[in-house]
Amino acid sequence: MWKFVHKLASPPHFYHIAANLISWFAMPGLLLIGYGTYAGLFVAPPDYQQGDAFRIIYVHVPAAYLSMMAYMAMAISAGIGLIWRIKLAHAVAAAVAPLGAWFTFLALATGSIWGRPMWGTWWEWGDPRLTSELVLLFLYFGYMALRNAIDSTSKADRASAVLALVGAVNVPIIHFSVEWWSSLHQGPTLVRQGGPAMDTAMLYPLLAMILGFTFIFGALLLRRVRAEVLYRERRKRWVRDLILSGKGKR
Amino acid sequence: MTSQDQALPDLLSGPKALIVRDALLALKRPGDVLNPLFFFAMVAALFPLAVGPSEEQLQLIGPGVLWVAALLAMLLSLNSLFLADYEDGSLEQMLVSPVPLPALALAKSAAHWLSSGLPLVLVTPVIAMTYQISLSVTGILMLTLLLGTISLSLLGSVGAALTVGLHRGTALLSLLILPLAMPVLIFGARTVSLVAAGDGVAGGLYFLGAYVFLMLSVAPFATATALRISNE
Repeated sequence: MWKFVHKLASPPHFYHIAANLISWFAMPGLLLIGYGTYAGLFVAPPDYQQGDAFRIIYVHVPAAYLSMMAYMAMAISAGIGLIWRIKLAHAVAAAVAPLGAWFTFLALATGSIWGRPMWGTWWEWGDPRLTSELVLLFLYFGYMALRNAIDSTSKADRASAVLALVGAVNVPIIHFSVEWWSSLHQGPTLVRQGGPAMDTAMLYPLLAMILGFTFIFGALLLRRVRAEVLYRERRKRWVRDLILSGKGKR
Repeated sequence: MTSQDQALPDLLSGPKALIVRDALLALKRPGDVLNPLFFFAMVAALFPLAVGPSEEQLQLIGPGVLWVAALLAMLLSLNSLFLADYEDGSLEQMLVSPVPLPALALAKSAAHWLSSGLPLVLVTPVIAMTYQISLSVTGILMLTLLLGTISLSLLGSVGAALTVGLHRGTALLSLLILPLAMPVLIFGARTVSLVAAGDGVAGGLYFLGAYVFLMLSVAPFATATALRISNE
């Protein structure tokens, strides 16, 4: 087991293993999103209150969930990199930040579009989750800005890891403190006591979308980490051999 | 006497010396202390000029404006927290000293709070008076600012340590610290607003106090790690 982990943590091995893994993540992801899109748009009945406008949750909920997952993944891999000095973990943290920022942006954009017919405004400061997503976006920006400001890669890795960890301590507090405001947001329907409060015809497409988004997120992440590893190891022999042998095209 | 007994006074005397030194430096260069205060007063003066002098409106936005102004003033002074030490090399002496670095980082935060947080709290009544905020609410405002600025000094020291050697530090520091400072701002300003509206005060104060203790236990270690990373 440990041998496998050590092997995986070495950049050349990861580079080759990840190449095979990407399709294993991308195929189920695309299938699930395909099913979820079809079922969500055509099979699921309109909501009795919100009509067809509720269908945006099929993008909004997975994006919002992944925006927080991505921050967790970033903080955990940054912590692993900082404590055990594993270079690959830093590469993962560097690769996941822009992805997380994009998913956060997607969640904000879809939430705002949904808010227009439901609340009558594009933006509502009174809604705690929208606001804490915005703060999360700023946290991602801060992380990426710090990374860009430091020239040495290894220094940037560790400095941004400290920031990610301090941020991870703060994220639940930010969420809680913003929630202290009066809430406009819908109460939780999915994760709550007594099971989801949702018709199965609406629920299954949503679950498929969440799973599909996660798979696609994994595939995108692997791709980004591969590129990051290749860039970081650009002066190493194995990268040169890879390029000269012509296999690098894959 | 065991070796541990000898190590103990060191643990206290190092940080103490650092606080005394920083306080002396602040006294010799009063501008460093006064400039953020002027900034604080100036930002607070901008709002009545911008939104109009209506008394009810000022009372309504007063606590929020003062809190935002205090937050920005703290940020302004955080920029130079480690800068002078970094430039004259005393920061490197702290890194190699036998005193644990987190203790020194805590001392730096304490000195920073004494020279920027505490003065802010002390001038608050004057500015609150111009906003027609009542005396009892002003007391709560000072109390929340007292707790909030301690948290900001500690939290800000992490950001200052991360950006200490960088050329483009100023805007970057704000980008790093402001999102993290959001809970302090929300609880600080909201508590005062709620009190002004006749609500209870305990919840917000408890939160601010708890946050101080969280920062006390996290920030010195994060600052120490960040200082080591920035200084190689």
